[in-house]
Amino acid sequence: MPAPIRLRELIRTIRTARTQAEEREMIQKECAAIRSSFREEDNTYRCRNVAKLLYMHMLGYPAHFGQLECLKLIASQKFTDKRIGYLGAMLLLDERQDVHLLMTNCIKNDLNHSTQYVQGLALCTLGCMGSSEMCRDLAGEVEKLLKTSNSYLRKKAALCAVHVIRKVPELMEMFLPATKNLLSEKNHGVLHTSVVLLTEMCERSPDMLAHFRKNEKLVPQLVRILKNLIMSGYSPEHDVSGISDPFLQVRILRLLRILGKNDDDSSEAMNDILAQVATNTETSKNVGNAILYETVLTIMDIKSESGLRVLAINILGRFLLNNDKNIRYVALTSLLKTVQTDHNAVQRHRSTIVDCLKDLDVSIKRRAMELSFALVNGNNIRGMMKELLYFLDSCDPEFKADCASGVFLAAEKYAPSKRWHIDTIMRVLTTAGSYVRDDSVPNLIQLITNSVEMHAYTVQRLYKALLDDISQQPLVQVASWCIGEYGDLLVSGQCEEEEPIQVTEDEVLDVLEGLLVSNLSTPVTRGYALTAIMKLSTRFSSVNRIKKVVSIYGSSIDVELQQRAVEYNALFKKYDHMRSALLERMPIMEKTASNGPTEIVQTNGETEPSVVEPKHPPPVTLPTNQGTDLLDLLGGNDMALAIPNTVPTKPASAGGELLDLLGDLSLSGGPAPTPAPSVPTSQPSFLLDGLSSQPLFNDIAAAGIPPIIAYNKNGLKIDFTFERANPNPNIAVITIHASNTTETDMTDFVFQAAVPKTFQLQLLSPSSNVVPALNQGTVTQVIRVLNPQKQQLRMRIKLTYTHRGSAVQDLAEVNNFPPQSWQ
Amino acid sequence: MMQFMLLFSRQGKLRLQKWYVPLSDKEKKKITRELVQTVLARKPKMCSFLEWRDLKIVYKRYASLYFCCAIEDQDNELITLEIIHRYVELLDKYFGSVCELDIIFNFEKAYFILDEFLLGGEAQETSKKNVLKAIEQADLLQESRGM
Repeated sequence: MPAPIRLRELIRTIRTARTQAEEREMIQKECAAIRSSFREEDNTYRCRNVAKLLYMHMLGYPAHFGQLECLKLIASQKFTDKRIGYLGAMLLLDERQDVHLLMTNCIKNDLNHSTQYVQGLALCTLGCMGSSEMCRDLAGEVEKLLKTSNSYLRKKAALCAVHVIRKVPELMEMFLPATKNLLSEKNHGVLHTSVVLLTEMCERSPDMLAHFRKNEKLVPQLVRILKNLIMSGYSPEHDVSGISDPFLQVRILRLLRILGKNDDDSSEAMNDILAQVATNTETSKNVGNAILYETVLTIMDIKSESGLRVLAINILGRFLLNNDKNIRYVALTSLLKTVQTDHNAVQRHRSTIVDCLKDLDVSIKRRAMELSFALVNGNNIRGMMKELLYFLDSCDPEFKADCASGVFLAAEKYAPSKRWHIDTIMRVLTTAGSYVRDDSVPNLIQLITNSVEMHAYTVQRLYKALLDDISQQPLVQVASWCIGEYGDLLVSGQCEEEEPIQVTEDEVLDVLEGLLVSNLSTPVTRGYALTAIMKLSTRFSSVNRIKKVVSIYGSSIDVELQQRAVEYNALFKKYDHMRSALLERMPIMEKTASNGPTEIVQTNGETEPSVVEPKHPPPVTLPTNQGTDLLDLLGGNDMALAIPNTVPTKPASAGGELLDLLGDLSLSGGPAPTPAPSVPTSQPSFLLDGLSSQPLFNDIAAAGIPPIIAYNKNGLKIDFTFERANPNPNIAVITIHASNTTETDMTDFVFQAAVPKTFQLQLLSPSSNVVPALNQGTVTQVIRVLNPQKQQLRMRIKLTYTHRGSAVQDLAEVNNFPPQSWQ
Repeated sequence: MMQFMLLFSRQGKLRLQKWYVPLSDKEKKKITRELVQTVLARKPKMCSFLEWRDLKIVYKRYASLYFCCAIEDQDNELITLEIIHRYVELLDKYFGSVCELDIIFNFEKAYFILDEFLLGGEAQETSKKNVLKAIEQADLLQESRGM
């Protein structure tokens, strides 16, 4: 059998292959040869063969049949064999396969070998890929070697110990005695690895940390070593661009950070050396900056004096001006971490940060954007917003959504004037309109509603924007809604802020109808448009045109549109006397919590925005606004219902009759099923997730009013639970819980209620309209009843649903209200 | 600690892979493929750091080879650049003006050098001289008879 070809020969041959197929052929041939050689148990060439196998493995070919051969090589007496054997083990063996355990004995022997290079191989392999079992078996040997005076072995043993501790944390204790005089070594390799070992121990165990702080007096030792490194003259062995052993300096600084965190004494002891490093380190090369970077991180994390902190931030500020983009990146990341705690110091570097928005690197841009938003305040809002809007115009699509949300949030917090706010929103909608998050639409609508004096201006600007471009859905939706609300202001040409435009009712209707037919409009947008057209029926005089449009859509294939159209039609016909009340101008909406759906929160460089928690603490503490109680209880992060104070003052002609007959219409004015943002149903999941969790309400109801069974027939049971958590004793809040004991679901479930004339009723949206079978869930819905005359509460309810394929309808009276619910 | 180091050419061919965390072959291949693609797609003007999964990737190109390291959140990116540079210097000293071909034909030596410089994802020796001395001695041991 001829000698197997040499490694380099094989490499050369394989590299001549011109195609993947040719290479594969060569490899297969060689693998076959190697396999037969292995079968022959050839000791002489095993090493060569395994080396070749490792090469082929790197090219991506399977090499598992070489695993056992590696073990044989490790067990060999020849150093060459061991070298390749251990390398093969590290590349081919996997701690998940039991075969790796066969290594343990060899490693044990080699750890005690007479030649330090063999011991080194064993330590290296154990420290790189030792499994927990191996670590448990061999920890004792490692610990022994940690105490040797041979620095070549000691440094390796230290890192091996680190690996053992990572794999089997309980073994940490046994290495403690050996660490006693590690730092008195002169050898930098040992020092470096010792610091790594001490760092690992301190990070893992608070007890160890306390021990090293107090008993071992680690801080003074580290300070001394660091001082020597800085003060000592040129040392050729450890010099990197004029700095002595930067690797060791950085690790010491990192360990100091852990020791100084939350500890006044330690922090004080390291104050001077940190200041020294911060001021004396050469910044012209990357090495120096690496040390400064670590220093800054340490200063910011420990209990340092304010002077030192300012020094640190200034270093970061200088980093921002560095030509090296890596340094700028690192600076922005660090500033993002410190902006909350040292806000004012970071503010000083605001203009540099804003300049970074124009950087070419994506990561730098993102960090600069996050940092910019964090720095916006009442004083710099105008300037910052200009920069950020410019950024929004020109940035990559991946940034636009976050940037738009950030702009909205900042504008909301710090807008210097309502007009500025509206203009800013307009700018965002027109430039990044399609990237704006869907839930910004209701927020914007609320904002616009509440800026009463700007209505004419807003609707005019939105109308003009629509004329230009109807492709950006959020813009179109907000615009449609506004035109529906304020169309009368638009045609009357009464705008104070800018030159009023001349537009006729027909032109407005043209635009809205255009939205309905355009291919660019999403179904949601069409819904907005149709509702807007409907609303204009009370504001415009061209009612007939509107009637025609509405009736056309009564047969639309879009179910949502069809339903709306049909209902609006009904409004024209049977309920025409109510139309004007229903379609009245929206009242001012109260906000319960910050509506910003996202806030860009910096989290160690992570770039995903996180959801803002509602600013008000959920449930118990109630705001003065009684109408928002409900939503607060749910940690409501949507707008509240407008009604509370306006409830009793609604004119009887609009309120009373309306609600008697059509109890499922809410007071806020739009027809109920619309997902128009005026009613919280635009966010059904948030609101109603809370609603459908019964326990919450049961707790509240436990305030004394017993629940009742209002209806129980044909498998459908409806419970009423009561609540009087709000300050107004005239309002009873009833929650219905509909459950279904039959084996089939009840779908299209609609609950309607009517009350006698002296009461007023408000029905909020249900949690769903499917009552699942076999009590697997309930549909809940909230009814608010105003009972100023404290009369006995009576209610007529109407239930409609589909069950087992057929439509069911039932009427019932509820007379068993407990006295506490209306007294 | 460093979780892994990859060396690959501009065509995406792997020249060295050192893993300090246990992963299956399949996972290693997947990670390698993904990272190589990501790094090769970067433009020269971009910085040497990128976030990838929950790790920080530090990469630098030396001639035709990309040196790519994955470090953890606590690690210092700038000093990792120095670690990469130190490794290149070691290779350079050992091979004498090292080029990609040296690493292709002597990959096992490249591993031996790396294993004298780093252990378990951390630097074990900060003196260039000491690392090279150890390699020299080990090479001698390899050549001498009986060992």
